[in-house]
Amino acid sequence: MTRRYNAFSLIKEGLSGQKGWKPAWRSPEPKKQYDVIIVGGGGHGLATAYYLAKNHGITRVAILERGWLGGGNTGRNTVTIRSNYFYPESVALYELSLKLYEKLGRELNYNIMFSQRGVLSLIHSEPEMEMAARLCNAMQINGTDAEILDVEAVQELVPILNFNADARYPIFGATIQKRGGVARHDAVAWGYARAADAMGVDIIQGCEVLDFIKEGGKCVGVETNRGTIRANKVGVAVAGNSTVMAKLGGYELPIHSYTLQACVSEPIKPCLNTVVVSPPIGTYLSQSDKGEMIIGGGLDRVPSYNQKGNPPAAETVISGMLEMFPVLRQLRLMRQWGGTVDVTPDSSPIIGPSGVPGIYLNCGWGTGGFKAIPAGGWLFSHLLAKDEHHEISRPFDLDRFTKGSLIDEAAGSGIAH
Amino acid sequence: MQIYPCPFCGPRDETEFSFGGEAGNDRPEPAEKISAERWAQYLYTQDNPRGNSHEIWVHLTCDEVFVMERDTVTHEVIGTKSLRQEDAK
Amino acid sequence: MTAKRLPSGGRIDREKPVTFTFDGKTISAFEGDTIASALLAANQWVVGRSFKYHRPRGIWGAGVEEPNALVDIEIGNRNFPVSRATTEFVEEGMVVTTVNGRVDRAAILDKFAKFIPAAFYYKTFMWPDWHLFEPYIRDMAGLGRINPDLPETGRAEQINHHCDVLVIGSGPAGLMAASLASKAGKSVLLVDNQRDLGGSLLHMDANIEGQGVSGWIADKTDEIEKSGGKILKSTTAYGIYDHQMIYLNEKRSDMARDLASGLDCLWRVRAGHIILASGAIERPMVFQNNDRPGIMSADAGLKYLKQFGVLPGQNIVIATNNDSAYGTALALREAGANVTMLDSRKDAQAEGDFDILREKSVTNIIGKNRIEAVVAENHTIKADLLLVSGGWTPSVHLYCQAGGKLDWNDTIAAFVPRASVNGISVIGAANGTFELNDLFAEAKAVASNYGQPTTGKNSGFNIEPNWHGPSAKGRAWVDYQNDVTIKDVELAARENFKSVEHLKRYTTLGMANDQGKTSNINGLAAMAAITGREIKEVGTTTYRPPFTPVPFASIAGKRSGELFNPVKRLPLENWHRANGASFREYGGWLRPAYYGKDETEITREAKHARTSVALFDGSTLGKIEVMGPDAAKFLDFHYYNTVSTLKSGKIRYAFMLTEGGAIYDDGVLARLSENHFIVSCSSSHVDGVHRRLEMWRQDQFDPTKIAIHNATAQWATLTVTGPKSAALLNKIDFNIDLDDETFPHMSIRTGKFDGADARLSRVSFSGDRSYEIAVPAHKTETLWSQLHDAGAEFDAATIGVEAMSILRAEKGFIIIGKDTDGTTMPQDLGLTGPMNKKKGEYLGKRSLFTENAKDENRRQLVGLQVAKGNEMLITGAHGIERDGNDKHSIGYVTSSYLSPNIDKPIALALIERGLTRMGEEIEIWHMGQSCKATICAPCFFDPSMERLNA
Repeated sequence: MTRRYNAFSLIKEGLSGQKGWKPAWRSPEPKKQYDVIIVGGGGHGLATAYYLAKNHGITRVAILERGWLGGGNTGRNTVTIRSNYFYPESVALYELSLKLYEKLGRELNYNIMFSQRGVLSLIHSEPEMEMAARLCNAMQINGTDAEILDVEAVQELVPILNFNADARYPIFGATIQKRGGVARHDAVAWGYARAADAMGVDIIQGCEVLDFIKEGGKCVGVETNRGTIRANKVGVAVAGNSTVMAKLGGYELPIHSYTLQACVSEPIKPCLNTVVVSPPIGTYLSQSDKGEMIIGGGLDRVPSYNQKGNPPAAETVISGMLEMFPVLRQLRLMRQWGGTVDVTPDSSPIIGPSGVPGIYLNCGWGTGGFKAIPAGGWLFSHLLAKDEHHEISRPFDLDRFTKGSLIDEAAGSGIAH
Repeated sequence: MQIYPCPFCGPRDETEFSFGGEAGNDRPEPAEKISAERWAQYLYTQDNPRGNSHEIWVHLTCDEVFVMERDTVTHEVIGTKSLRQEDAK
Repeated sequence: MTAKRLPSGGRIDREKPVTFTFDGKTISAFEGDTIASALLAANQWVVGRSFKYHRPRGIWGAGVEEPNALVDIEIGNRNFPVSRATTEFVEEGMVVTTVNGRVDRAAILDKFAKFIPAAFYYKTFMWPDWHLFEPYIRDMAGLGRINPDLPETGRAEQINHHCDVLVIGSGPAGLMAASLASKAGKSVLLVDNQRDLGGSLLHMDANIEGQGVSGWIADKTDEIEKSGGKILKSTTAYGIYDHQMIYLNEKRSDMARDLASGLDCLWRVRAGHIILASGAIERPMVFQNNDRPGIMSADAGLKYLKQFGVLPGQNIVIATNNDSAYGTALALREAGANVTMLDSRKDAQAEGDFDILREKSVTNIIGKNRIEAVVAENHTIKADLLLVSGGWTPSVHLYCQAGGKLDWNDTIAAFVPRASVNGISVIGAANGTFELNDLFAEAKAVASNYGQPTTGKNSGFNIEPNWHGPSAKGRAWVDYQNDVTIKDVELAARENFKSVEHLKRYTTLGMANDQGKTSNINGLAAMAAITGREIKEVGTTTYRPPFTPVPFASIAGKRSGELFNPVKRLPLENWHRANGASFREYGGWLRPAYYGKDETEITREAKHARTSVALFDGSTLGKIEVMGPDAAKFLDFHYYNTVSTLKSGKIRYAFMLTEGGAIYDDGVLARLSENHFIVSCSSSHVDGVHRRLEMWRQDQFDPTKIAIHNATAQWATLTVTGPKSAALLNKIDFNIDLDDETFPHMSIRTGKFDGADARLSRVSFSGDRSYEIAVPAHKTETLWSQLHDAGAEFDAATIGVEAMSILRAEKGFIIIGKDTDGTTMPQDLGLTGPMNKKKGEYLGKRSLFTENAKDENRRQLVGLQVAKGNEMLITGAHGIERDGNDKHSIGYVTSSYLSPNIDKPIALALIERGLTRMGEEIEIWHMGQSCKATICAPCFFDPSMERLNA
């Protein structure tokens, strides 16, 4: 059976009808007892299991996924990876993620197609230029790359943007994080799943958690539709369903679930080789390797668990996209969808103990969970293995709300996540 | 595009409304006697139900503030109630 | 022999020839031809190349399901990338180009297909880095091209519409339902995505209710229109959203016409009930080389014959697993073709006047750019066309988008709707009902009771599925456009991508432009067979909008340019323009930044204002009236500062906090009388402040004792500032005593101007003696011109927002959101009085005492000075401290100017512990460059505030 992925194994398998490939992961029956149970088989859950095994040698781990692995926000996002944040706490977190992403394909032996084509954030006015300087200086001081581009440089990079001086949002310049980019979202989930499985982690799909088992006030396992599964520690990484789990587990969260929509156009030949964001217009887009324009924007303004999305937000995003790229007017929308995202008051994530012994949290990533998958897994595995924070995750503990120490990027830099 | 029934104006498009938070989150007072935990709970903790939900909404065009009961999964609106009526009873 | 146009027949207008070019070749067609029918008539078989292997592809279908015939169209000065040749009608002068279709070096990829199966890219290109390989992959992927040099198309119209019943699809079921509902008095909207009504009837010979097809369609159309029903043709219902909102895209115009309103029209329809009669789509069969040009759906073959008068082949083989293709065979036979039927079924009863080979399936195809022969096990049949009927897939997209659930129906081998959902009834072929009498019965039933008719009529076409099992020979396509073969499905299963969503994402099955309309069921069947499951156990992927791709222009509509996000405009905008103002947007308002030739005017204005007197249009300032017996108590709750102690006629500067304790807005509160306040909040926060006040008024206060009115737009505010401001105002009659004794700084007086109410406030954002005059908006111009007339003798200047920003910065007066951020609390500005002394509740109070609020390292507002002669600081530069090689930000510059009045750079900044660091020199960082600055009090001009009364 062929396990290792590379050009030679592809050729070898090509000669034998591709028949020798091993399953990317097993579909095991759940065992009665594990060291760690992770609820949620999305990117964060899978990465957590992988790093539990790799960094901490803990392999008696089960991932319980209600549906199919990678089927939540991991498979519904707009695939952007960046660490262009204002606060040092945020930069530390997302920079850890970006650095892990930079070598992830080779590490997992799975091409996640991380393409560091740059994330360009447009500047449309003098006050925005001041805010951009505030942000870029903070990024440089905090140790990540950031540049400010003038209009000519933007034009060279993305000639199909709207450079009309009379535009509603004329382009003054842009910030760029060149190390930012895009990756293939499904591949991130599959790569982590395959690598975690290879180290002995049980990925159990179609397994819904119905309740938490508590003994002496401590959580010792979960009841599922596939029976009782016990563990010393339970990590919950279920994004938009975090408060649903909180009700079962008996803890409280500062989270609202909202729908975040995205859509893609029909595929066209490459004409956009970077990720472009316009904060005031509220639209961002990139072009996939297949050629589709991947378009995203702001949240639907209605709390929701409905993964469909509603026209008002989509219409705003699409008309905003045409403000930025009028040449795409006759291009067509091919598919639109929505994901349920878990939004905290400061739009920063929560990593830490839940308040119920034995239950740990990785949630609140809101619209930005995909880019944080490696860091989320790295830090959450540290917490689960050692029962204490990694220094990078410490500021993201739930206790920041009691202290008033929110990490609110929009408050600090005027630019939302 | 959802339709919400404003208690004052009747049914209107969702774009005319703004979500104002979950209903029943009473403000703890006086500040001097409120613990940091209780205050954080008031400020930040959400029920965020999957399913039936009671929320405060504002109809931006007429300024009516009201409670709406709706389903966060199906988006069915079960009903709305003016805060004024609540005060009146 | 080949495809040809027959001398008669079809719905084309033979009196109107149309020519266009296809990859440079001139093609003659007729009005009413689609690009596809014209290409067929011209015997053009290769119309594109597949996405991955770049295999030559021909036309498969005749409608929206087309996976292969995608073309770029240019006409006039317009560009329509990735258009479906089967649904776009020919227009004179069109330049049609295949995607990947011309000389295509990438076609060699097909030779290496065995090495690049589904998802091969996940297994390689990792070393040294994906980014090196990516550009080559990108260039080969993608379909059409956009032409950025062509001008934009118009802005589409968008129409909101309400009806009792929306009927989607005008085939026999839809027409019948629409006519019955109309006649029953319902307001009906009937839509169909084709140019003509009738759906499948258009290429069917039938006798309905005693008459021919055309007559019946005309009668029903008449009935609908006479009962007041509305009909939209060329209109696709593409998405269904919450609360019965259906989105339609109407194709209104030819591509060539230059309509200001664009080519499409978006309809937002709110329907009481939806009847979905969207028909069914014929499936391909899966066999070796089933993607060759010259292989077409049987239904499409019939459609080209009947609707376009094109006989698509001369020696035609028809492969079927059901009865529906027998009619097609007959029609083609009658049109002069030689027909051989390959019927895979074991005990088929169907007969026809043509050769029938029973229990035979296609096993391979001979021919590359065009089929030459069909291999059916041990038979090889020469053919120039193979028509295929693999069964029918009901078009249930909208039903599923609305949350409808599907059941697998073995009788018709397809998924059919389970039960009525959200006011949607599915009828006819979309419901798996194919016999006319049965679907008429469904139409009658739903037109009266709106339910969901029982599904799965045991009628129609006697299908015996011949799904492609595992491990057959050769490459057999499941998804044409994305080049997914049975082997790819096998590979996915082998690697445990067995979930239907994993299958889709891993192999890209169903992710092409057609979104799986032809491929999904065959893919599911293959996965089911490979994994030993039933098709229903495999399940379907989620149906997402749109049903067919929709132009972005249609969705955006008129929301473009200024209408994308309209600015607010001043009553005096015309005057400002006439007087040389340069406009910029401030907090959503379009305001004069300065007057004159360029930005150097800003300095002139700022200097002038302090020497004589300046006029400033401050109409954007908020004017929210708060009235009633509880008004004072109410404002005490809303503001950090105490309001109730304010005397009538007096003014107080105050902060409104968020409940989290951050400064939300600063405002000037004036008490006109005991129960009447005016909240003058900052321009960009008017809506927000108003909303907050209303929410709390209705939610927590007695709303009968407080009234709130946002009068911002009704009142203009004109500011007169500078040493000679009082002298100027004395020239104008307000019926107000301007004497400083009776009208001191921070007070308000009411009077009259030109017969209208006027309010004068002595507040100052410049630091000089200032008056803000509020008059009803219709008096703005009169007052403004009187101020100018009177100002002439004082050499009064008109100043813009930029000069005012300098004046206030010289004084250290903040702009919320610029000199504060979303975390700044009042104590960070040194304003600790209320938090230490104010009794009673106010918004944000508790938050001022959290651990974070008491942190000694908070960023505080300070001034920054640089040595004279040095350059001014950059707004957005950070203060830093170094620890070895590490840098740490201690805050940032929020405002920075070259002050014309003290002739040196000034800056405001938020700096850690700033208030305790006066005189300290710090390092300032901007984009890798460092300089020094000294922390000082945030006031650079007239610190003793003498000029307020000067």
